[in-house]
Amino acid sequence: MEKYIFFFLSGLAVFSALMVLISRKPVHSVLYLILCFFAIAGHYILLNAQFLAVVHIIVYAGAIMVLFLFTLMMLNLNIVGEVRKSVLARVAAVIAGGLLLVTLVAALKGLNLSTSLSANTQIGMTSNIGKVLFNEYMFPFEAASILFLSAMVGAVMIGKKEEEEEMTNVQMTNDK
Amino acid sequence: MVDTIQLMPISYYLSLCSLLFAIGVVGVLIKRNALVIFMSIELMLNSINLLLAAFSVYHNNAAGQILVIFIMVVAAAEVAAGLSILVVTYRKNNSIDMNLLNQLKG
Repeated sequence: MEKYIFFFLSGLAVFSALMVLISRKPVHSVLYLILCFFAIAGHYILLNAQFLAVVHIIVYAGAIMVLFLFTLMMLNLNIVGEVRKSVLARVAAVIAGGLLLVTLVAALKGLNLSTSLSANTQIGMTSNIGKVLFNEYMFPFEAASILFLSAMVGAVMIGKKEEEEEMTNVQMTNDK
Repeated sequence: MVDTIQLMPISYYLSLCSLLFAIGVVGVLIKRNALVIFMSIELMLNSINLLLAAFSVYHNNAAGQILVIFIMVVAAAEVAAGLSILVVTYRKNNSIDMNLLNQLKG
């Protein structure tokens, strides 16, 4: 049973990841990427990592992709049209990616992994993750919060309109 | 709570994550739309996250899943900063072509 779910989720993830690249409109790319993230969340559940699955959906599908969609719709890119690379560059890129895949798979194939599986793992449970996070990884957790704060301040600083630009905009609207 | 989840062999996860990572790399290489390039980077980060979680479950060690949480934090911060740079670029030249970002000279 788990085998079928695994292959279904893997197929869904790979398909939607490919569609992110194939689809022309950026909005479709975003929607396919959300589908891919849901498939990966299913993988987390299959691994019994329930906390990660929920956090993954909340953070990626709920926050990051919504941010992408907001930006996309604010910029109104679909009208401008997409600039594309030349065919030669694209073929070269696909060959390079394929070579990377072959190299990775070939390198990992020789790996002799012990297959002693602990079938009944409970480490992905929220209580266990919380205990480990707040006992052993307290300092990185606090550092991550500072990183978030600085990213937030940086985003606001960069995205803020400059003073003169704003003045001209106001004037333009007044003229109209 | 008796749930025996039959785990897939770890090599399956290795192959799947390699494939997703390669797709992300191809996406970074073939696209000129900076937004789609960001999405491909997210895809690569996600394949690494999945592999970390898989290994953490196989070795029965929670450290891998903690690292996944920190990677998510860094990814969210990166997207917030990167998208604001994109918005500024768009405001200046009405396009988010990746080649325009060579104007970013310090």
